[in-house]
Amino acid sequence: MSTVIYLDNNATTQVDPDVLEAMLPYLTEYYGNPSSMHNFGGRVGKALKYARLQVADLLGAEESEIIFTSCGTEGNNTAIRAALAAQPDRKHLITTQVEHACVLNLFKQLEKQGYTVTYLSVDRKGQLDLMELEAAITGNTALVSMMYANNETGTVFPIEQAGAIVKEYGATFHVDAVQVVGKLPLNLKTSTIDLMTLSGHKLHAPKGVGALYVRRGFRFRPLLIGGHQERGRRAGTENVAGIVGLGKAAELAQVHLADVAQEKKLRDRLEKGLLAIPNTEINGDRKYRLPNTTNIGFKYIEGEAILLSLDQYGICASSGSACTSGSLEPSHVLRAMGLPYTTLHGSIRFSLSRYTTDAEVDRVLDVMPGIVDRLRALSPFNNDQAEWLQDREEALVTNS
Amino acid sequence: MWDYTEKVLDLFYNPKNQGAIEDPNEAGVAVVFGEVGSIACGDALRLHLKIEVEADKILDARFQTFGCTSAIASSSALTEIIKGITLDQALNISNRDIAEYLGGLPEEKMHCSVMGQEALEAAIYNYRGIVIEHHEDDDGKLVCSCFGVSENRIRRVVIENNLTTVEQVTSYVKAGGGCSSCGAEIEDLISAIQQEKVVAAARVAAQIATAQEQNRPLTSVQKINLIQTVLDEVRPVLIADGGDVELYDLEGDIVKVVLKGACGSCESSTATLKNAIEVRLRERVLPNLIVEAVS
Repeated sequence: MSTVIYLDNNATTQVDPDVLEAMLPYLTEYYGNPSSMHNFGGRVGKALKYARLQVADLLGAEESEIIFTSCGTEGNNTAIRAALAAQPDRKHLITTQVEHACVLNLFKQLEKQGYTVTYLSVDRKGQLDLMELEAAITGNTALVSMMYANNETGTVFPIEQAGAIVKEYGATFHVDAVQVVGKLPLNLKTSTIDLMTLSGHKLHAPKGVGALYVRRGFRFRPLLIGGHQERGRRAGTENVAGIVGLGKAAELAQVHLADVAQEKKLRDRLEKGLLAIPNTEINGDRKYRLPNTTNIGFKYIEGEAILLSLDQYGICASSGSACTSGSLEPSHVLRAMGLPYTTLHGSIRFSLSRYTTDAEVDRVLDVMPGIVDRLRALSPFNNDQAEWLQDREEALVTNS
Repeated sequence: MWDYTEKVLDLFYNPKNQGAIEDPNEAGVAVVFGEVGSIACGDALRLHLKIEVEADKILDARFQTFGCTSAIASSSALTEIIKGITLDQALNISNRDIAEYLGGLPEEKMHCSVMGQEALEAAIYNYRGIVIEHHEDDDGKLVCSCFGVSENRIRRVVIENNLTTVEQVTSYVKAGGGCSSCGAEIEDLISAIQQEKVVAAARVAAQIATAQEQNRPLTSVQKINLIQTVLDEVRPVLIADGGDVELYDLEGDIVKVVLKGACGSCESSTATLKNAIEVRLRERVLPNLIVEAVS
């Protein structure tokens, strides 16, 4: 494997060289503790302040509304717990069936603790029906928590319309924007969002740093109890270099938002080329979708086998198939969409970044037809059986 | 990423014996296939065999697999293992043989090797015209409804692979890997099997020890008791295959048994007799026992 063609940017991204450069002094020279009462530490404190400003700018928020965290999971856990503490009398929660595990599994635990949770369904495109939200929400609803865009399909939810409904009932609105920050322009000043999570390593900052936006005036309760860091809202010595990196990455993301159209063009070209392969389909909402993501079902073959075949050419992607996860069930997102098993097991997600080149897309389009042909030739389910299988799978999905 | 061996990757990238087998319509040669899995499960294998009727031997084996890297490699390995051997020998291939041929599989992927073993059995049963009965209302009840795994299948894999945890069972036959509501039931099943093993072994050992203390050979009654105990251990495996065994008589060192169900209608059940039953009886009771089937 000589060069890597990295098309798995919804999983994680390459650290931008400028980000690394901004971070390095805080791993070497400026190792002071920002809480210390000397100039050496004070200088580090200033770096944190600057990073907070950079992140706030990207989100259209105020500095005081940004809390640094260690990752998306921490942000989501903190936000959800904080929302429960803010309105302790309300015992009903709403989320969606397609959230990240760090949200879904927390809600499952909360159900055991006596909360009632409504999991909003999605349609074949992975899209929400806001009528369902309207029907579910009541004056007893403490929190509505949903992702801005889905990591697997790229489908973008109608966040502001949902937020308007949430506000009518006085519930807290939390949005997991891990996949969106740096990909779509945001302006939280005019938003209905109360709490919003982001993660550094999805936008070319390193792993181990993230941020939580907390709207000014929100009755916040911290998850980690300890020192006064982050104004008492997130105790623990700061990951200074990571935070400086996240700040720089946010600044760069703002600049690169202008390139997103170019990224989308590349994605569209890749997608069009892949759809030219017979028996393929897009999983996701073509109209409301992240510009960098395409999820394609290659029917009658299995995702992990496709990934390993791509790996031979140094191409990195991911799959919602059961065999990739270690659990035995295929992706909960694609299942919630009601996709037939023929598509589920052969789904591959390609997610691009600003580093993706024309030549890389060409390479994928070059090798993919051969990979699919080879695996289909190995498969006992050939195209003759396609129709019969399709019927049977549809029946299975309806029954389950 | 899964930690696959070189052999797994090699057989995935360059699989041997892929495809179907055309029936040559030659006298003395039969072509059959066996199929397991489904597209819903995420893996499926259709194993094709070309059999030399007279010699009861596998002339050629090919596979068609829908599945992941290790499913394809396991299928290919299986065809390599069984080419040229007799059907009786083939029936003795276990999932462990396939895994070993591959230099091992990640535990979560062991079910790929089990799939190979099951397809082989299905093909041979198909050829021999054995219909595996599904006793859905009795002992063969469904434990895992997500993946449709019966108690008997779990029993077999637990006994043959000495499994001790629910996670292992999930890795081998997928049971418990869906909604996981059957986890407790699988756990109970594992402890029951372990308990049975301990009790049976202790009983056999105690009786042999008593005989030795008294310094005289086992009486026929003692032998029958011991044989019955060992047969009870073997039975779950046979039942899982749709068969069963019953002790008919004992004449000196000759153990006469009746093979039932799939085992009984199986024309050459010598393999089952010699390997599954005789070996164990010799090991556990007396080294000179001979097992014979009566109808």
